[in-house]
Amino acid sequence: MTAATTVTAATAEPGQEQPPGRVSGTGRARASWDRLRRDPAAWVGAAIVTAFVVVAVAAPLIAPYEPAGSQWIRQITPSDVPGPSEEHLLGLDSFGSDLFTQLVYGARQSLVIGVVSTLLGLLAGTVLGVLSGGIGGWVDTAVMRVVDIMLSVPALLLAVSVAAMVGRSSTSVMVAIAVAQVPIFARLLRASLLSQRGQDYVLALRSLGLRERRIVVSHMLPNSLGPLLVQATLVLATAVIEVAALSFLGLGDPDPAVAEWGRMLVKAQERLQNDPQLALWPGVCIAVTALGFTLLGESLRQALDPRARR
Amino acid sequence: MNAAPSDDAEPLLRVRGLKVHYPIRRGALLQRTVGHVKAVDGVDLDVPRASTYGLVGESGCGKSTFGRAVLRLTEPTAGSVTVAGTDVLALSPAELRRARVSMQMVFQDPLASLDPRQSVEAALVEPQKVHGMPGGPTAWRKRVTELLERVGLPAAAAAKYPHEFSGGQRQRIGIARALVLGPSLIIADEPVSALDVSVQAQVITLLEELQAELGLTYLVIAHDLAVVRHMSRTVGVMYLGGLVEEAATEELYARPLHPYTRALLSAAPVPDPEVEERRERILLQGDLPSPAAPPPGCRFQTRCPWRQPTRCADEPPPLRELTGGHRVACHYAEEIEAGTLRPAASAVA
Repeated sequence: MTAATTVTAATAEPGQEQPPGRVSGTGRARASWDRLRRDPAAWVGAAIVTAFVVVAVAAPLIAPYEPAGSQWIRQITPSDVPGPSEEHLLGLDSFGSDLFTQLVYGARQSLVIGVVSTLLGLLAGTVLGVLSGGIGGWVDTAVMRVVDIMLSVPALLLAVSVAAMVGRSSTSVMVAIAVAQVPIFARLLRASLLSQRGQDYVLALRSLGLRERRIVVSHMLPNSLGPLLVQATLVLATAVIEVAALSFLGLGDPDPAVAEWGRMLVKAQERLQNDPQLALWPGVCIAVTALGFTLLGESLRQALDPRARR
Repeated sequence: MNAAPSDDAEPLLRVRGLKVHYPIRRGALLQRTVGHVKAVDGVDLDVPRASTYGLVGESGCGKSTFGRAVLRLTEPTAGSVTVAGTDVLALSPAELRRARVSMQMVFQDPLASLDPRQSVEAALVEPQKVHGMPGGPTAWRKRVTELLERVGLPAAAAAKYPHEFSGGQRQRIGIARALVLGPSLIIADEPVSALDVSVQAQVITLLEELQAELGLTYLVIAHDLAVVRHMSRTVGVMYLGGLVEEAATEELYARPLHPYTRALLSAAPVPDPEVEERRERILLQGDLPSPAAPPPGCRFQTRCPWRQPTRCADEPPPLRELTGGHRVACHYAEEIEAGTLRPAASAVA
């Protein structure tokens, strides 16, 4: 903490020349970034997440074949699915498509649904959280009761209902996952805002004659976003698992040409004894991706927590 | 606000019967009020223009709540607050926001009172922008530079963030922020208690210089008797939500009349070994009673070494003026001073 010592030294003689190399100010973001960089878990998490995103975005370039084409359906027999070979890195799946290609395109599906639903959940949760934590009073009570109701409906049940209403599609999966996330974000932001409200700086801003709305939106909210960012990263891990779970239950996109990790698990079920690799690979993908987001989220949380400073 | 300061005739700050009561609610669904925490329970005081009023008391006595209530950062339950002729409690929210230009606060913890995500410049420009101060961004930034220089910070401080400064520097920023709108009244709530002793003196000196230069009126809230003595023209002693004694500073320290004030002053060590050796300490028994259930009669009776069987228990002593401006809320102040009443032997060490 060289910065702190030089600043303290300057106290004795106010107006003293600034030490070199400290011309402009550095925010807390910089300190957090430094902590994040030193954390090996952050590196592992970031590597996994980056790999996942690259694979998802560049799927057509990476995958050797078209997804879910059942191009090699003739090679499939009731007792045997061809394993790894020259042409097929991980072999075929039970419907005669290239397993590796399926996994690559599955990443795309997980990323899109996971990210979109988390963004939706984050957005709706932020709006509700600001309403209840920022305004308070009866608005707070009303919003929190709505959130309680949302929380009382299990995500899976909700997804099934949504799918029943709007039909099987990736949109219904997104909406279902997003709705399940809203209460998490709303409550977190509310708690975060309430803890900000008690801070002296809020009182100071009020005494300067700032409008309540401005205090909430430009001061309390930015100071409350840290935990929300962490939660969003952690929730992405859950979202990836939930996308798989909902597809496993047959609630995803009805188009069989869409490759999806959860659906691959379903297809692998009947051949689990003879060809466990069919379930193994999508399972590993889901687990590793979720792990990547969790590691990143956890290290973000530690980096943003000022108490974690060493 | 008024052009001609007419000396002590029209005090800049006039507070009458200020009360802040917090309801105590019970019940999960249908909340009912089962009582009130009387944080501030009827305080009257005047602060003349360009002078300093020191408010002392132990923690929990309601002095901070009083300061916040005067600025309506906490809504008072009853009473009146007049700043430069304006009835603060009658203002609408919009009028109050505009009126805040003339009354500001300096907080105890300078780090907690600054938005950690705002650079010093942004923190000092924002209020000017919100109040539409003349001149636009260039003039606002110029004012920031001038203010920083005035409170003894380098111009480079403008681009920095609160966590990059030491405690004393942060409090200078807090003071600059309180000054940025050009107020006439500043309420300083424990302005130096979070600082190192060596830095305390610098900040106090700065506050005094600014007062002399800008004609500021201070209400300084503190638990440190030395700080208040040094800064104030008048001192008020608060106990359990009420003022128990008020006098000109030297008068109060030389001739404390209220038993509580005597106990407080007797607890402060004297920087003279011989005097310190002979110093008679008045020990108060017990703790501050709960402001939710203050004792009837005199609020100090539960801990008073001079407590009498009559009057103290059932008649609340009014804050009455004894000699020129020396006000005290004790039925037996004269007898105690004359020595005809002796404190309980157990209370003197």
